[in-house]
Amino acid sequence: MSKTVAIIGGGIAGLETSIQLEKLGYDVTLYEKDKALGGHAGKWDRLFPNRRHATEVIDSLTSRIKDKVQINLAATVNQIKRENGSFLVEANGKSQKADAIVLTTGFELFPANKKEEYGYGIFENVITSAELESMFSSNGKPLMTNGNNPAKVAFIHCVGSRDEKVNRPYCSKVCCVTAVKQAIEVKEAIPTSDVYCFYMDLRMFGPGYEDLYKEAQVKGVNFIRGRLSETSEMEGGRVLIKAEDTLSSKPLKMTVDMVVLMVGMSPLPSTEKLLKDLEITPNNDGFVQVKDYHLEPTHTEADGVFVAGACTGPNNITDSVNAAHTAALEVHKYLTSE
Amino acid sequence: MNLHAVQIPFHPFVLPFTIGLIFLVFYIVGKWIYWVSQFSWEDKKKIIRGFFSLKTPQAIWEVFMESLLHRKVFRRNALLGYMHMSLAFGWFLLIVFGNLETRFFTHGRINPPYIPIFFEFFEHDLTSLDYGRFFTFTMDLLLLFVLSGVGLAYFKRFRSKPLGMKNTTKHSTIDRLALTALWLIFPLRLLAESVTAGLYDAGGFITNSIGTFMMTFLPIQHFYYPSWWAYSIALGAFFVFIPFTRYMHIPTEILLIFLRKYGIVEKAIHSTYTQVELSSCSRCGICIDACQLGSDLGIVSTQSTYLIKSIRYDQPTEKLIDSCMACTRCDQLCPVGIDIASIRANERKMIQLFQENSYKYINGYEYKKAKVAYFAGCMGHLTPSVYKATLALFKKAGVDYNFIDRDGSICCGRPLQLAGQEDAAKQLIEKNIKLIENCGATVLVTSCPICAKVFTDSYKLKIPIYHHSQYLLMLAKEKKLKFEKSDLQITYHDPCELGRGLGVYDEPRELLGMAGKLIESANSRENSLCCGGSLGITNISHEQRNTIASITLSELAADKADVVATACPLCKKTFKSASENVRIADISEIMLDAVQENANKIQSEFVQEKEIETIHN
Amino acid sequence: MVNFGYTTLPTHIHDMDKADLGLADSISFEDSSFNLCIACGSCTSTCTAGAFTNFSFRQMCHQIKRGENSQAIAESEKCMLCGKCTLACPRNVNTRNIIRLVRKANQTI
Repeated sequence: MSKTVAIIGGGIAGLETSIQLEKLGYDVTLYEKDKALGGHAGKWDRLFPNRRHATEVIDSLTSRIKDKVQINLAATVNQIKRENGSFLVEANGKSQKADAIVLTTGFELFPANKKEEYGYGIFENVITSAELESMFSSNGKPLMTNGNNPAKVAFIHCVGSRDEKVNRPYCSKVCCVTAVKQAIEVKEAIPTSDVYCFYMDLRMFGPGYEDLYKEAQVKGVNFIRGRLSETSEMEGGRVLIKAEDTLSSKPLKMTVDMVVLMVGMSPLPSTEKLLKDLEITPNNDGFVQVKDYHLEPTHTEADGVFVAGACTGPNNITDSVNAAHTAALEVHKYLTSE
Repeated sequence: MNLHAVQIPFHPFVLPFTIGLIFLVFYIVGKWIYWVSQFSWEDKKKIIRGFFSLKTPQAIWEVFMESLLHRKVFRRNALLGYMHMSLAFGWFLLIVFGNLETRFFTHGRINPPYIPIFFEFFEHDLTSLDYGRFFTFTMDLLLLFVLSGVGLAYFKRFRSKPLGMKNTTKHSTIDRLALTALWLIFPLRLLAESVTAGLYDAGGFITNSIGTFMMTFLPIQHFYYPSWWAYSIALGAFFVFIPFTRYMHIPTEILLIFLRKYGIVEKAIHSTYTQVELSSCSRCGICIDACQLGSDLGIVSTQSTYLIKSIRYDQPTEKLIDSCMACTRCDQLCPVGIDIASIRANERKMIQLFQENSYKYINGYEYKKAKVAYFAGCMGHLTPSVYKATLALFKKAGVDYNFIDRDGSICCGRPLQLAGQEDAAKQLIEKNIKLIENCGATVLVTSCPICAKVFTDSYKLKIPIYHHSQYLLMLAKEKKLKFEKSDLQITYHDPCELGRGLGVYDEPRELLGMAGKLIESANSRENSLCCGGSLGITNISHEQRNTIASITLSELAADKADVVATACPLCKKTFKSASENVRIADISEIMLDAVQENANKIQSEFVQEKEIETIHN
Repeated sequence: MVNFGYTTLPTHIHDMDKADLGLADSISFEDSSFNLCIACGSCTSTCTAGAFTNFSFRQMCHQIKRGENSQAIAESEKCMLCGKCTLACPRNVNTRNIIRLVRKANQTI
């Protein structure tokens, strides 16, 4: 009888883990709380650094899932219990047995309204990076609430990242390059627009990222080294933003048509409950604590519980796929060593 | 001994007591005369005028209620109040009844003070005299009353929690010596009187029983003189200690009550009144528990009682002066009513860090012209939802407002005041008064209690000043705003500057009551907790502020409130930084959610001008 | 020295071998949050005084860290202690305390 692995979360990491474990001959139960697979990436328009469509990646992953994976959509896992060396996973009132667990619950986007001074939810043309992606998906370009093309767009980096005032002291890694990608896209969609990126440090750590930054510079995206401090609303829904231009040591104010907040990755509150069930303590940032950051990055303190993807901390797609491979292999080792 | 004889009895053991008493009386009278002579002419006039007015009987009543009965301490904790009352009132009654007793038995003769105190020594058996049984019974009962207080005081040293105190004051050596003397007085009196009662089969129900019992196994005849000597020495020692210890509060508090009744207050710098207040502190320690630096952060050495002690005897350290959030919670709870906040503020003023022309760069700036001037304040610009909601409500009510500091303002000066930078604050205040006067407003509304506090106390503007909660309530009462009450459960957080600072407790509650169901938290109104964001302190870290905020918030949200309502941008920011799970919203946001859409629309369009006039008047 | 009728320009480089970092050391000893600045400029851009004059809390701290103490101390006087920067700082620098420490240094100099 083949063994069953429960995978909690159907984003990039969850999908990739399912594919690998199925290949290794396991029965997989995949739980996804949304109605569709793909997680956050599934809702994105295009991906950095090469700006391919996100659907390409998601479709490729879903197409590789075969029939030994039982996919449960709109299935929120409420409880995981240990029972005689295996687990009982309860979702939507139904319990299923599993021999191992892989947590691929992912993250939530930082709730931008927690940064009240940035005006999200207060001023109409202050949006998040995720909302800009949806605009690209549906209109191919950003639009102000009055339907006009924005002539001036400001990207605000590090919203809900590196900010102890909102208890997110860590860097979310991917927002810098996402901002640069989106800035280029705005420039391309509305060539007459002026685009500004307000950054503290530009962290272009991956292959092709620095090229993307250069491309943005060439295409006329302006980079201002300073963090947004406050916003206010002007005539016609325009937004006045204030930052220091730290390179010239002068305060700077600017009226823009649209402010895009580069929201960071935050720990998902519903993961916390599962961690309690499994007796795993979160790390300082609130993400899942892995057993050994260097050597066992997909193990947790709990026996038989593995982890992959952005529930361990900010990750890009490549990180998640890598972690998913490792997790699948570690699950295999765990289930065959018994 | 024959008390009826003309000769007044004497025994050398009364000397320690008598010398101590004479010393104390001379010291206190001298000190009082000195203090009163040191007052300014202005204050002296107040004292003279007050003395011949109804204020004197009022003060006597207060002395009775507070110095003897300890009403305020009672309100805080019944057991603690009983302890203080039994010691003070009990002792007072012992003296009164002792004097009555002696007077009665000596047929109205004026006796030296040691006679009533040591009456049992000089007259062993009173039971045979008229009303003797009544007096011996009463005196024993009173002694028992005082001893019960002494017993509680012993108990409080070991376990203070049942008396409502988590922390008790750490006393100096001389205070401990005086305390020991005080604690010995009444047990020694009991011993001396019991021994006497045992030997002569006299005394009341307690002293007689104890004395007779002791006789069965102790050679108490040897205790007779030593016990009276010990009692007298304990009393004398305590009296001599009083001027040099916290027990100076006993006589000084009486003077303080009179002075306060006559209208004397703390000045902008330390004054003679401060001297009286410093000596009136009994170091009871109630301010220690009131202080969140202690309860939340474990900082228990900088509370008001320690500052007062330090100013009285030597120079307080900078840390001692600075370690206070200026929330004034202890001020409200102080049973003696010492103006702790002003004393600390004056202490902070001693270091002026800014120059006379620090802000000369502010010139040529103007606020927007307005009828109803809305002032968000510095912090208000970091909480745009507050001013947006407030202004949306103004618009709905048809108020002809202008957001005068929309493009920025200068600081109101209150943060500098809180840091003791009075000179610098004055510069800003002067400049801001001109800016506000020039904008032509007939009423000033601000969302920031910190601004509201200094506008009200120091600006002397000729126009009314309101916190937005007050103004919105006025609009609601004029039926310009109508709200739909829902079953939203709201806990209101009193900001320090608005509540204790300006006494605005009811208006925000009345307003919120129109939007939902108000739940009071355990500590509200005068006792409300500080959010931790205080501008009154600079030497604690953000993490420490977060700790205070979390504890305060958990109390506010304890009763399962749907929303914690704030009325201060700083409180809102501080709470939001400390919590993810509790909904925190300004009063204006909650009211905007509850406002009835087209309420009074027609009316406001027609009578807008006129109604605004009535509001302004 | 012979007066040639001209002076040399003051140096335009930070000579860290000669810089007086005493003030920086004493401030960071008193309040270590002084060291936490990541130069984002939030304090400067939100600054109430900064709207009227060229005061910059961030720059002031930086000057102290490079030993330019007299400039920093002169600048610090413009602060109104309003506390807005404390709320804006993502690194929880205890800004008002640092201003007070700098002003106190002014008194001892």
